Amino acid sequence: MRGLRPGGHEFEDDRLARTYLTRSAPETGEVERRRWIFRHPAVIRLTHWVNAVCLLVLLMSGLQIFNAHPALYWGKVSTFDTPLMAMSSTEDDPPKGVTKVLGHTFDTTGWLGSSAGADGEAADRGFPAWATLPSDQDLTGGRSWHFFFAWAFVLNGLAYLVYGLVSGQLRFRVIPSRDQIRHFGASVWEHMTLRFPQGDEAKRYNVIQKLTYLVVLFVLLPVQVLAGLAMSPAMNAAFPFLLTLFDGRQSARTIHFVVAALLVLFVIVHVALVLLSGFWNNMRGMLTGWFVIERKVEPTPAAGETQA
Amino acid sequence: MSRLPSRRALLAGASASAAAALVGGCDRLGNAAWFQRTLKTGEDANLFVQRLLLTDRTLAPEYAEADISPWFKPNGTEDPPDMAYKTLARGKFAKYHLEVDGLVEAPFKLSLAELRKLPARTQVTRHDCVEGWSAIGKWTGVPLADLLSRARLKPAARYVVFHCADTMDQGEDDGGADTAQDDGPVDAVPAGNANPAMTKQSGAGESRKSSGGQQASEDTAAGGGSPVRYYESIDLVDAFHPQTILAYDMNGMALPVSNGAPLRLRVERNLGYKQAKYVMRIEVVESFAHIGEGKGGYWEDQGYAWYAGI
Repeated sequence: MRGLRPGGHEFEDDRLARTYLTRSAPETGEVERRRWIFRHPAVIRLTHWVNAVCLLVLLMSGLQIFNAHPALYWGKVSTFDTPLMAMSSTEDDPPKGVTKVLGHTFDTTGWLGSSAGADGEAADRGFPAWATLPSDQDLTGGRSWHFFFAWAFVLNGLAYLVYGLVSGQLRFRVIPSRDQIRHFGASVWEHMTLRFPQGDEAKRYNVIQKLTYLVVLFVLLPVQVLAGLAMSPAMNAAFPFLLTLFDGRQSARTIHFVVAALLVLFVIVHVALVLLSGFWNNMRGMLTGWFVIERKVEPTPAAGETQA
Repeated sequence: MSRLPSRRALLAGASASAAAALVGGCDRLGNAAWFQRTLKTGEDANLFVQRLLLTDRTLAPEYAEADISPWFKPNGTEDPPDMAYKTLARGKFAKYHLEVDGLVEAPFKLSLAELRKLPARTQVTRHDCVEGWSAIGKWTGVPLADLLSRARLKPAARYVVFHCADTMDQGEDDGGADTAQDDGPVDAVPAGNANPAMTKQSGAGESRKSSGGQQASEDTAAGGGSPVRYYESIDLVDAFHPQTILAYDMNGMALPVSNGAPLRLRVERNLGYKQAKYVMRIEVVESFAHIGEGKGGYWEDQGYAWYAGI
């Protein structure tokens, strides 16, 4: 364990930032400057975790709803003979799961089309039991979960947006600064080599991070909500432009599915980067608000500071 | 550093068991009555907000004739097993009468020929099944508002209930039970928590074989009692909506048996399970608590939301 001994307090531009000098590697005499910054205000932390729960429930209950008719189409109506994508099971014993995507057929036994149900027997179902909520085939149960958490998601998202706009957090978090745009190429390279910014640069999100959040917040999530609403016959009466926007109800259903997949991809990358860039620091940041920025400095002039 | 792999393994193991606990926990939670009531508030909010957004006369989108689906997928009951219905169907519904009664000043009966003589509305609309698929059809029929005006509602009237000819769950003393074994609702009625009106559709991979349905009817039979027929209910907002009609024609031809002959409800702005087929009787009520299991419809009694605007 590293010995952590507070050095001098150092308030920079961030009033809450504190700097500690700690001994990190006695054999080299190198000193790490640990600076605590208060990164995530309570509203951001709360809405983040509520959102995480909502997205997980919406995904799994959405797959449950999808399973009621595991096929996707383009346009106003279902063209049953020519789906864009369809999952089905064969009459074999045991049945095989077959997934057709844009005319290509894949054997997806055990995963899509046919997989073990709660009793262990092969069941005809689009997505497997472990991916759906409820786990059994239960369309109305899935709908109940989906609508409740859709409301929670929308209200939580609005709270986040209003707070973010009023506090300036949103602008700080998702709008790249001019210098970041200039160094876009270098930032891409840093990402690819998994080198994460340190020191002052780590106090703000990097340009790719900002642009990703920007797209998720202002493209993917709104499109997802609108595509969901476009599937409602009553909403179609209230706002016919929803159908124009998505080129028909079945297209809206397909887009809802594809955007859900993109959000899953975002979450996978997000979680992977959380793990790679310091899991505990990131988790502490999103749970307590406090985040540590470390920076290697030359051997300290104050020798007494480094004593064990 | 040497402790890192074990910590990582620990983390992985912890998250795997957390995930398993989460899934199992959610299923248990979803079965708890208090949590189901909580979840239902989402669907209550759907009704509340959609009623705010829609006026009583906001129309569902109507389509061009060119948009009509070449095949309008029949769903649920496709051939009612009931002897009384079969007799009517053999006679081309010449002996069919629609009854309108309940909380009305002037209950009446009309034959199909008489219904066809009334002012009609024709609309090309999209049908959205709760399962997710859609089809467009052209419907011609009598506006429900006209029939209700003719019957004159009593002040207490709040809901309109549609009683249908097709038996969904068999009672053991029902004459139609024998014929129901081959096709019709036995396949169409899955047990418990399945989907409204599922039929096996090749290619689109429906998710359930018919065995669940068999069990459902056997369970009911074991309990005895009279057959449970399809029914649905709507409130007066939807009942007096200009696009709410009792359709006798589909795509310019007499409604086929598989799509609900001789008369089916079209209540646009709602999902498919509200579009009752084989309508025999329209009953105006103050409350549907005494009908069926009291939830306002056959599928509502299985747990589906009474309001089906989304």
